[in-house]
Amino acid sequence: MGQRHAYTEYHPRWLRRPVSTYWWLQKRSYFAFILREASCIFVAWFVVYLLMLVRAVSEGEMSYRQFLSWSASPLILLVNLVSLLFIVLHAITFFEAAPRAMVVHVGGRRVPNGFVGAAHYLGLLAASVIVVWILLGA
Amino acid sequence: MTPSHDVVLVGGGGAGLRAAIAIAETNSKLSVAVVSKVYPMRSHTVSAEGGAAGVISPDDSLDEHAYDTISGGDWLCDQDAVEAFVKEAPQELLRLEHWGCPWSRETDGRIAVRPFGGMKKMRTWFAADKTGFHMLHTLFQTSLKYASVARYDEWFVTRLLVDEGRVQGVVAIDLKSGRIDAITARAVILCTGGCGRVFPFTTNAAIKNGDGMALAYRAGVPLKDMEFVQYHPTGLPFTGILITEAARSEGGYLVNKDGYRYLQDYALGKPQPQPVFRTMELGPRDRLSQAFMKELEKGRTIDTPYGPVVHLDLRHLGQKKISAKIPFVRELCLKYQNLDPVKDLIPVRPVVHYMMGGVHTDINGATLLPGLYAAGEVACVSINGANRLGSNSLPELLVFGTRAGRTAAEYASLGLEVTSRVLAQSDDERRRLEGELLNHKGRERIADLRDEMQKTMEESAGIYRSGASLARGVERLRGIQERSSDIAIEDQSKTFNTERTAALELSFMLDVAEAIVTSALHREESRGAHQRTDFPKRDDQRFLSHSLIYRNLDGPSRVEYLPVTMTRWPPAERVYGEAAPNEGQHHVAGSALPSGTGV
Amino acid sequence: MRDSITLQVARYRPEQESEATFDEHEVPCPKEWVVLDGLNHIKDRIDGTLSYRWSCRMGICGSCGMTVNGEPKLTCATFLSEYGRGPVRVEPLRNFPVIRDLIVDMGDFMRKLVRVKPWIVRQAEKPLSEGEYRQTPEELDDYKQFSMCITCMLCYAACPIYGLDPKFIGPAAIALAQRYNLDSRDEGASERMEVLSEHEGIWGCTFVGECTKVCPKHVDPAGAIQRYKLTAAVESMKSFFMPRGA
Ligand SMILES: Cc1cc2nc3c(=O)[nH]c(=O)nc-3n(C[C@H](O)[C@H](O)[C@H](O)COP(=O)(O)OP(=O)(O)OC[C@H]3O[C@@H](n4cnc5c(N)ncnc54)[C@H](O)[C@@H]3O)c2cc1C
Ligand code: SF4
Ligand code: FES
Repeated sequence: MGQRHAYTEYHPRWLRRPVSTYWWLQKRSYFAFILREASCIFVAWFVVYLLMLVRAVSEGEMSYRQFLSWSASPLILLVNLVSLLFIVLHAITFFEAAPRAMVVHVGGRRVPNGFVGAAHYLGLLAASVIVVWILLGA
Repeated sequence: MTPSHDVVLVGGGGAGLRAAIAIAETNSKLSVAVVSKVYPMRSHTVSAEGGAAGVISPDDSLDEHAYDTISGGDWLCDQDAVEAFVKEAPQELLRLEHWGCPWSRETDGRIAVRPFGGMKKMRTWFAADKTGFHMLHTLFQTSLKYASVARYDEWFVTRLLVDEGRVQGVVAIDLKSGRIDAITARAVILCTGGCGRVFPFTTNAAIKNGDGMALAYRAGVPLKDMEFVQYHPTGLPFTGILITEAARSEGGYLVNKDGYRYLQDYALGKPQPQPVFRTMELGPRDRLSQAFMKELEKGRTIDTPYGPVVHLDLRHLGQKKISAKIPFVRELCLKYQNLDPVKDLIPVRPVVHYMMGGVHTDINGATLLPGLYAAGEVACVSINGANRLGSNSLPELLVFGTRAGRTAAEYASLGLEVTSRVLAQSDDERRRLEGELLNHKGRERIADLRDEMQKTMEESAGIYRSGASLARGVERLRGIQERSSDIAIEDQSKTFNTERTAALELSFMLDVAEAIVTSALHREESRGAHQRTDFPKRDDQRFLSHSLIYRNLDGPSRVEYLPVTMTRWPPAERVYGEAAPNEGQHHVAGSALPSGTGV
Repeated sequence: MRDSITLQVARYRPEQESEATFDEHEVPCPKEWVVLDGLNHIKDRIDGTLSYRWSCRMGICGSCGMTVNGEPKLTCATFLSEYGRGPVRVEPLRNFPVIRDLIVDMGDFMRKLVRVKPWIVRQAEKPLSEGEYRQTPEELDDYKQFSMCITCMLCYAACPIYGLDPKFIGPAAIALAQRYNLDSRDEGASERMEVLSEHEGIWGCTFVGECTKVCPKHVDPAGAIQRYKLTAAVESMKSFFMPRGA
């Protein structure tokens, strides 16, 4: 029996290339993805903002007026405007994804993706109409 | 430690994986190793498109499938093997259905079948136009559930270990690490596929170099019927990409430079607007390829930078039908040839497609060397005779993969021990692969020798051969063989050295090429895919028998003959077109195909 | 038509170097030539030491994936002429360790694949004598897309999540799990759930969506993952509200 050779699986060594910290700048689609991820922060901000509003209302008219004038300050306006843009981005990308996650069958046939997406937008429209109706009606 | 198993499979294509599963299911205590030079799901079975034949229709019968196979093979098939094959094929295809193969279906959920060239009845199972792909992935994924099946992915087998008159394993290179070691075994099954790369124009992938045939040949095992090389009549020039027969069975026309359906000139029936079984474009492959050569002689082909072609015309089928029935064909043309069959003619030419010959085995996959088995395209059982029928090969992988697996499992259970001498052999082999091969400063480029071999094969053993062309071929191959001992390998690395494997593959191919040309020289008749211009007739008196070629280290190879096994079908004339019996008007009209068969 | 184009090919020679370098070669570029033909030209005519994988040259074996000008591509399905005047930069697939030159290691995927049990799981096998499982073309359509995966690894190369966290089970493995989950013959969905609903399973995915964009076979692994997230969420709600039943 001859000599047995020693081998290692990684003989002699494999090249491992770590992902750069700035990977999300390398491609437009990666950047868009990071923007979408970032939009979560703004969703969270609207939740906080809403809670603040609720608290202000519950503490009486005075506090509500204070809240309104605070909200009218340029900084908060800007923050809210930017947030709105991100929320729209969030909604659009979410609706785009929805048909891929939900496969709906009607009468044994698969509903085309376009319909599922459209249904989501219809839902959004309906919800908006209700909100507007409440606001204007009140 | 030298790895050791009960059964080693060389090759992880359809045949290898089916055999592995068969062994695991026969006896889960046996340890099985699948050794493959590429990841199993990369094996060439993946590119088969058309389908797999197996009788399931009530209007069909095993005898008809057997008869089509035998007459298609020009009576060189072993009829006992064919009978076993047609009987077991539907079972095997069904088993694959149970394992998850996405066969195309009828609307009511039953398996759908389609017509196929050379088959008189509709009996070809298909998974859209990716049948081989789906079969291979189903087999591979199913094989993952058997704990007793080990895999050596990207290990390249370079030789068989033989001592005391029996096979005891293989030597292989682990490409990633460069490790060269014996993998010892009680039984070895060769499942390495075909050898199309011996020729210049071929549908076969880069990995089809006849490795297994050469491994067996070098170990003293005879190769059978090596002169029978099937051409596919419709490959794309340059890439050799195959335009499946389905394109013709859906109604495509073959036309020459005058737009004339030239097949009517070669006793293949009269042109009809609708395709008719076994006539014209649905005639057997060898006849179609031969007709191309005749057209070439008459100067009625079209010249292109990649040589002469004829045109496959699908335009009259319309976009809807093309996209519904043969979308893969359209995709291939768009992606690789930059043309659209809906609007353009497809340039096609005959390309080497399949090897009928191979390692001589019996009906159970056993070779003449104890412990060595073979299955799949590398083997010659023979059910394909002088010409394989389209869609018979995929079921062959399953039927004979299973048989070889079971038989090898039984043999391995005898528990014969590995002798120490084979480890010394493996050390010799390592020295050759690491020392001689890498340290040799040669002058010949691998690619040059390969090109020359391929050219030689095309010129001497192409669609038409003659004694003179073959004798010249033998001579030229000998010259190339000599030059190959002075091959240049620049790559000194042990890590994934693909230049060394290319050199090894070249040497396998040269051995196989020699076997093909020599066998062809000895068969002085024309039969099936073997057409001799100097002996244009079939000669049942002298050659109703298989050729067996033995390698001879010092001197020319030895060719012997083995009679064909006949059971119920005495040799008859092969007839196609109008003259064919009970042909009638079996139109393969589009409407005859079940709707909703999937695409 | 121009007659040649420059290929910049990444080299990594593990016995000699610890970093990748680039070689530059001029190769012919007729209309039919793909990037792989250019590489073959280099190997056959210029430098025999270049290492890469390929086999079918028809986009079905899945071995020739590389990074071409920054994008993961099947090199046998990418025409040189797409790159105008060039140069064309060919590198190994990202996110995988490089063994040599253009060859990466995919052992990690192979191990993950086994974990999702990509085979038909049945409580009771139907005997062959009872024939096929009936499956209508509509039922076949449910999973067919996910059965088209050629395991070319382009999706892993495009996925930043996999790059950052190699434990992530990844697009193709999840798509293949879904291929069996959605097959009417399969009963193994609950067994696969365990692996898929791990932290490194579907929940690792934050839906970058690149995998689907680069997939040469339109498998839509991103869709498979999102779809499974919904299934998993519904399942966990069910088990929350109906702990011992359903
Ligand atoms: C384009 C095309 C279309 C086809 N269409 C059809 C069809 O429609 N119907 C039909 O019936 N048939 C068809 N065929 C024929 C059929 O696909 C093949 O005959 C069959 O797939 C061969 O399978 P196999 O298992 O024998 O070998 P393969 O699938 O070729 O596998 C060979 C295996 O051996 C391994 N191997 C080889 N050499 C070595 C070595 N030295 N060391 C280690 N491992 C090695 C390889 O890695 C691989 O795993 C087609 C063929 C082609 C080329
Ligand atoms: S999902 Fe697509 S990209 Fe990913 S491995 Fe499969 S075929 Fe390749
Ligand atoms: S070589 Fe097979 S996919 Fe490209």
